[in-house]
Amino acid sequence: MSDWGMQKAALGERLAAGRQHARGKVVPIPSLPAFLKAVIRSGDRVCLEGDNQKQADILASALANLDPRDVHDLHMVQSGVVLPAHLDIFEKGIARRLDFSYSGPQAARIARMLFGGKIELGAVHTYLELFARYFIDLTPNVALIAAVSADKDGNLYTGPNTEDTPTVVEATSYKNGLVVAQVTEVVDKVPRVDIPGDLVHFVVEANRPFYVEPLFTRDPAAITETQILTAMLAIKGIYAPYGVRRLNHGIGFNTAAIELLLPTYGEKLGLKGKVCTHFALNPHPTMIPAIEAGWVEQIHCFGSEVGMEDYVAARSDVFFTGPDGSLRSNRAFCQTAGLYACDMFIGSTLQIDLEGHSSTVTTSRIAGFGGAPNMGSDPRGRRHPSEPWLKAGAEADPDANAALRRGRKLVVQIGETFGDRNAPLFVERLDALDLAQALKLDLAPVMVYSDDVTHIVTEEGIANLLMCRSKDEREQAIRGVAGYTEIGRARDAKLVEQLRQRGVIQRPEDLGIDPLDADRNLLAARSIKDLMLASGGLYRPPSRFRNW
Amino acid sequence: MEKLSFRLIAPRSASGTRTQAIVGVVASGNLEVLLERNLPTDICTIDIATAAHGFGMVWDAVVRDFVARRSAGGLHISVNDGGARPDTVALRLAQGIRKIEEPER
Repeated sequence: MSDWGMQKAALGERLAAGRQHARGKVVPIPSLPAFLKAVIRSGDRVCLEGDNQKQADILASALANLDPRDVHDLHMVQSGVVLPAHLDIFEKGIARRLDFSYSGPQAARIARMLFGGKIELGAVHTYLELFARYFIDLTPNVALIAAVSADKDGNLYTGPNTEDTPTVVEATSYKNGLVVAQVTEVVDKVPRVDIPGDLVHFVVEANRPFYVEPLFTRDPAAITETQILTAMLAIKGIYAPYGVRRLNHGIGFNTAAIELLLPTYGEKLGLKGKVCTHFALNPHPTMIPAIEAGWVEQIHCFGSEVGMEDYVAARSDVFFTGPDGSLRSNRAFCQTAGLYACDMFIGSTLQIDLEGHSSTVTTSRIAGFGGAPNMGSDPRGRRHPSEPWLKAGAEADPDANAALRRGRKLVVQIGETFGDRNAPLFVERLDALDLAQALKLDLAPVMVYSDDVTHIVTEEGIANLLMCRSKDEREQAIRGVAGYTEIGRARDAKLVEQLRQRGVIQRPEDLGIDPLDADRNLLAARSIKDLMLASGGLYRPPSRFRNW
Repeated sequence: MEKLSFRLIAPRSASGTRTQAIVGVVASGNLEVLLERNLPTDICTIDIATAAHGFGMVWDAVVRDFVARRSAGGLHISVNDGGARPDTVALRLAQGIRKIEEPER
């Protein structure tokens, strides 16, 4: 007797157990608890779909409501630990081990539970890295996913928020795992097939949409003059000289300010068509004025953004859309695009140390990484040239043989020298180190490593770390833009002035920028309502962002 | 409320003829700056009332840079601070100079 085919046999048993609680592929909501208990086995590796945007929230709650005497010791592999239920699963002892990527709103609770030993942590990943492990050593036995609608054969329509679903299904279903989808409704014919039905084993009709967080909406009303100044510095001091056309923007008010300055300040500098033409980016509402002004040729998206659906559908010349007209997003492909096909990542962070390592971890919060370290890193496997990539490579190593010299991705950290509650952006020692020590982690959770970051932009100026030739120069270049923080005040003023003479540090006045010109009137939209109007009424802001 | 006072030699004096100017608002994270032209042209005095305690060293650095870089001579400046970040303080002080130097109509 051969032992081959054991996984198929195990899947067959799960399918048979599940069918007891389903009509065909469709599981009625009242049967969900008994169904989950029947198809999930203790010790299973379970992928509960959810990232920084969409959530399989009904399935998450149902999983958290299982009795730990029936199901326990699960190994959760999931992009996001975002909903309270995601951690209730551990609190109740249903799951024990966790491999994840992002934990924004649960950052404080996940830290407490890690300290309390309630969670056995595998690792904190970037999205792409976790997806990669789904195909190597973290392949799920069961995937609990979310879609908009399904037909009775299990064909799924994910709508604009496709995000992680194809990746999760690919890894699970083709490796004899079980795929269960929550959908708003079961229909006769789905608007488009995002996931073929033969990969989907069961469908739960939830009668309401899965939850989506409007994470990428930044209200222009909250953008400060200092953020506008940093945006002007970035546009004139980095975007223009490198000619950055292909890029990714992080979430944050500094990059939102950049987006809103393109049709005004950027236009004045004559940069239209020369920078910011191709993006790996979610449909940020703050991109509307630049898109409407004809700046942007193409945007590929990780996910959608709440309220942007109609706008995106009406701008299919820019966005990727399906035959049904709505956005097709795909996190794995977009992360790959951000890694290999973009010449720049620019984003904000919470702490930067004297070497240039940066981290969003503070001692009591583990927010995870999401995609930033992937986009914010230099891809060593890249082989195609581009002007910004070659120029950055030449600045880093001017004496090398040009034909053998790697280019460099521009990895830019942008922020004000003091953040929330006057917390300094620049620190002697990252909080991430204390956290790693306390949790006995092999690695401190670093968002962007020192050897990947190329520029730091603050209101005091731009530090070009590519042009630093020693550890000491690098430290002084960082201190030289650290403003009035302790790190900034402890600079070697003479060395900083020398770095400025060499163009390693550029002040606003060196770039012909008067900080007094950093005015909110420069923003192409100054409120959410302005964004809606700029979209011709196509953008429908979520109610929490409306004050009219 | 913490009070700080500085009296500094100013390398450049404020141009124009306006006798006073006011910029900013007292709000959390913001500040109000009143500038009055009533001192010898090589002197700048700055009185600060701030809601945030323990930032004396930072204020010292901010006002010294301000007087060194901007034309602050001849001005007595009163700052009413609602816990603004140093970059906001520097910006408001510079805006104050621009306002008091504006030609009168």
